[in-house]
Amino acid sequence: MGMNSVSEPLPVNREHGLFLLQEMLRIRRFEEKAAEMYSLQKIHGFLHLYIGEEATGVGAMQAFTPDDAIVATYREHGHALARGMQASVLMAEMFGKATGCSHGHGGSMHFFDASRRFYGGYAIVGGGLPIAVGLALADKLQNKKRVTACFFGDGAVAEGEFHESMNLAALWKLPLLFLCENNLYAMGTALVRHQSQVNISLKARAYGMESDAVDGMDVLAVEATVKRAAEFVRSGNGPFLLELQTYRFRAHSMADPDLYRTKEEIEEWKKRDPISLFKSRLQEWRYLNESDMVRIESEISAEIEMAVRFAETSPVEPIEDLLKDVSTQVQP
Amino acid sequence: MTKMTYREAVRAALRKALRSDPRVFLMGEDVGRYGGAFAVSHGLLDEFGPERIRDTPLSESVFVGAGIGAALGGMRPIVEIMTVNFSMLAMDQILNNAATLRHMSGGQFSVPLVVRIATGGGRQMAAQHSNSLEVWYAHIPGIKVLTPATVTDAYGMLLGALHEPDPVFIFEHATLYPLEGDVDETEEIADINRAAVRRAGRDVTLITYGGTLGKTLQAAELLAAESIDAEVIDLRSLRPLDTTAILDSVAKTHRVVIVDEGWRTGSFAGEVSAQIMELGFDNLDAPVARVCSAEVPMPYAKHLETAALPQVEGIVNAARNLVPRHG
Repeated sequence: MGMNSVSEPLPVNREHGLFLLQEMLRIRRFEEKAAEMYSLQKIHGFLHLYIGEEATGVGAMQAFTPDDAIVATYREHGHALARGMQASVLMAEMFGKATGCSHGHGGSMHFFDASRRFYGGYAIVGGGLPIAVGLALADKLQNKKRVTACFFGDGAVAEGEFHESMNLAALWKLPLLFLCENNLYAMGTALVRHQSQVNISLKARAYGMESDAVDGMDVLAVEATVKRAAEFVRSGNGPFLLELQTYRFRAHSMADPDLYRTKEEIEEWKKRDPISLFKSRLQEWRYLNESDMVRIESEISAEIEMAVRFAETSPVEPIEDLLKDVSTQVQP
Repeated sequence: MTKMTYREAVRAALRKALRSDPRVFLMGEDVGRYGGAFAVSHGLLDEFGPERIRDTPLSESVFVGAGIGAALGGMRPIVEIMTVNFSMLAMDQILNNAATLRHMSGGQFSVPLVVRIATGGGRQMAAQHSNSLEVWYAHIPGIKVLTPATVTDAYGMLLGALHEPDPVFIFEHATLYPLEGDVDETEEIADINRAAVRRAGRDVTLITYGGTLGKTLQAAELLAAESIDAEVIDLRSLRPLDTTAILDSVAKTHRVVIVDEGWRTGSFAGEVSAQIMELGFDNLDAPVARVCSAEVPMPYAKHLETAALPQVEGIVNAARNLVPRHG
């Protein structure tokens, strides 16, 4: 720390800095455990890891109140954890257990939590955006000063539903924050190979919508930018598109051999690992010492070990209940 | 009792719902200033304003999805889709979201959404505005599929649908809008799960729904002139299907003709036929017959369109072939 910076306030206090670090690490360790459980065939189906993108979900989620609504994608473990969902119910969901957050009906791609207004994991790319438009419309019609935050990836930008949703949200001035986590790949197709205009935030112009872009590897920059954007939306100015520029370190899913990008490219991005970057800054500011790290890692490890135990020992839904939640059970 | 058209009955139900429940709003293409492509919502904009009678862009996917989202967010949306062919553009939202959200979330969320869709042929609208794709919807668990065929049902079933906690899709056959009938506006909720016997008979059961009820009743009258006493069942709801009403009638008449404006292959008539085969085989005295649309994109020219659609004569012939000649 240089002498001339002593008088300038640091961008974050120690407590909050350590909290952000712990939240990002919690997601990283959860995802590593999920990959391990997939390899052990405890988790099946698709598993899309968030590793590398932790700063976007964690930074963004700081901008929302419990009353706000969250709509996410099939790569939503990080959003669910950052929204406050317990690792145990998420792990149990992926184990297909009755104690899972969706009773084992959804798996990795379909986490839901009504109590946290977490409206789910959508596995059709772009499919959650119209839902978010509707949630924001409901708030507007009911005069509720809430924000609906809708996460989606750069792949979704190619879908008609993105354009229909952008247009309608802008036309009706809905309190909707579009959060595009641009990790540069739509599954295996690079942004430059699927978009004629690769500047995603620029697309908002066509709809008369305000927008911005931010370095998604910098958790503090994400937090500050999303807070500004959320405040804009909350104040009744209509929707906002924010592009969060990030990168996934792991393959698209566990089924992806990752043949479409070079090892060098991945290694280059790993130098900007959001957790390492932020850790260095905290150390630079003397917020973080070795014993803090030991404490943080051990707290996370305990939560995740407990989550695995919970998932392992939980019961499955009885087959007799197969059809239970297809339609609402009307009391006779 | 008030005499009104099918169109006016839907409008009366909309008006009643909009007046009695502040959560209810209507959205869709041209429902506001234009008054609805079929003039169903004519005048509602003046009474309820643009917040509750919302004109949308030609963006079926987002306005159906917004209906789902608004329902999740505490509203009671009614979405109008101009024709069933246009609803194909919203199929992602219908199949992947509306129908799944309750189950996929472990029962945490309900989607109390009503979608009204104009359907069917017979108006020379050609191949992209004339289909009957109700069976595609009836295939999907998690939603209800209603086909009001009378003026009374146009009114009562819409109000009934608005009491459902789950998504309901109402198919309004476009030829029915000018139909006249009686509505008791004091009657609120119609039972939306049951079929109705529209004509009692003992020789043959004619099963139909929606736009072909009128033709089927006409066919029954012609058959009566030949001393064939036909029972006519109006399914009213395709999902859930009132199998009991079907089987009860089969047990009485032992012969069945199913009239369905969908294409024959994979038609809803095929599903009804299969259920009769599975559950009422012993009561059949003849194979189940189907009168469906010809397997062709709907032609424009009147004589070709008429030939493609189920007609009274075809229904009469199908029934006649099943019933042994008298004397």
